Amino acid sequence: MRLVWLILLIPFAAVAWVPFYNHTTPALFGFPFFYWYQLLWVPLTSLLTYLVYRTLARDSRDEG
Amino acid sequence: MKAEIDWAALAVFVLLLGLVTAIGFGAARWRRIKTLSPLEEWGLGGRQFGTWITWFLIGGDIYTAYTMIAVPALVYATGAFGFFALPYTILVYPFVFAVMPIFWKVAKKNNYMTAADVVYGRYGYRPLELAVALTGVIATMPYIALQLIGIETVFHTLGITGKLPLIAAFLILALNTYSSGLRAPALIAVVKDTMIYIVVIAAILLIPFKLGGYSAVFETADAAFLAKGSGGILLTPAQFAPYVSLALGSALALFMYPHALTGILASASANTIRKNAILLPAYSTVLALLALMGLMGHAAGLKLTNNNDVVPLLFKTLFSGWFAGFAFAAIAIGAMVPAAIMSIGAANLFTRNFWKAYINPNVTSAGEAKVAKMTSLALVAGALLFILFLPTQFALDLQLLGGLWILQTLPAVIFGLFTGWFRALGLLLGWAAGFLGGSWLAWLNDFKPLHTLHFSSASITLYSGLLALAVNIAVAILVSVVLHWTARGDRDLAGVN
Repeated sequence: MRLVWLILLIPFAAVAWVPFYNHTTPALFGFPFFYWYQLLWVPLTSLLTYLVYRTLARDSRDEG
Repeated sequence: MKAEIDWAALAVFVLLLGLVTAIGFGAARWRRIKTLSPLEEWGLGGRQFGTWITWFLIGGDIYTAYTMIAVPALVYATGAFGFFALPYTILVYPFVFAVMPIFWKVAKKNNYMTAADVVYGRYGYRPLELAVALTGVIATMPYIALQLIGIETVFHTLGITGKLPLIAAFLILALNTYSSGLRAPALIAVVKDTMIYIVVIAAILLIPFKLGGYSAVFETADAAFLAKGSGGILLTPAQFAPYVSLALGSALALFMYPHALTGILASASANTIRKNAILLPAYSTVLALLALMGLMGHAAGLKLTNNNDVVPLLFKTLFSGWFAGFAFAAIAIGAMVPAAIMSIGAANLFTRNFWKAYINPNVTSAGEAKVAKMTSLALVAGALLFILFLPTQFALDLQLLGGLWILQTLPAVIFGLFTGWFRALGLLLGWAAGFLGGSWLAWLNDFKPLHTLHFSSASITLYSGLLALAVNIAVAILVSVVLHWTARGDRDLAGVN
């Protein structure tokens, strides 16, 4: 069990605590914070998952 | 609302639907390879789809027409609360990344074609296999029916009335699926998803122009919710726990559905699934942008008799006829792709875990394919009858219950991939407790998905499906502990003798 798996829990932590992002400001391109903050976590989650993927792929190459 | 027929829209719509029908029938000959198993060919497309086809297939499969209609409708009605669909689709992919490659490997190694196959292979216990298969089929039926509601909404906006067009659309779907199996929705999904991306990008760029920019959209929506006295562009503190628990519970439930698992099982490799967990969130962005159309409905001052009309009416009001027709075709095809995969997934379950298990254990692989094809026809026909003769609200209530039910199969399907500790009987009793307890909670709350727990001084409202899952897991642990104890007792006795 590698610790790198724990990275996958970050998106959950990011959206679990609603009071943190349930605001209108700061707005971005007319979007209240509530909306763009959650939208931002879509690509961020992809990126984090990719990091885990790359780390695991490198490990299995090292072993092989 | 009685709509005038817009001929430009209708012409584009009919043309595109004709095109995908042709693609669907042609798909039977696409990348056909010689395998030993006709059911694997029909029901899983030969288990050979690479990263891109899988991306289109799963994306086209889980973001259904109903999603495109219902999520914006919920946002139109409630505002921020309907946006729970976004954290839902954020949370689902890390789960897919961690769990589904292992599920795929187990299935591939043993030639399993359904979740219930995996469960039987792990525990060798028929009742648990049957519980998982049965839950899959009954949770899928109302979901297929909802796709029909999606198509009906589009027909309605196009000004097409009567039940005949709906029957025609689903006849095409049923025959397409019968002859081409999973290959048809896989190929059609490529066309459909491309269309959806075009529609959403155009809408997101153009609609705010017509409505005075995004800040104006949020401001008018906020004012509309204030005037109405309910909903808002932010959550109230009482909505925090429901929002997060619905997102989490839905995320855990989604990939327990047979149609989602069929997409996983049809992949060529475990790595295909990992890459897709990274790439599929592109669809979440589309979903979020579609959800915003619920708010745009307020900004555009739409007068709706049914909240489900918000997206189709927005297109009809703000775009020229041919583009509205293009968008409607995207939604209608967006109903047929998942409906096809759902009927295939449920047919695989019926064939493998009911027909082969109880009716004819010696069925050949060719015989399996024949049974599955007939079952898919029966399932689509059943969903059609459902919509034609039962109230729509019944399908909506059942669909919500379906999500709660399918979530209860998670411990049986997933836990065994990681540990051998759980006992089959414990998982079965846990499933029964979650299934019955969850249904009871739903019934108590008038088929709303939330339940309020009262403590001495405080109360918290959570998604009933998640509460039922907690009971489910607790029972599974408790029973397994007891069984481990008694087994140890037996071993000790055996040692003494």
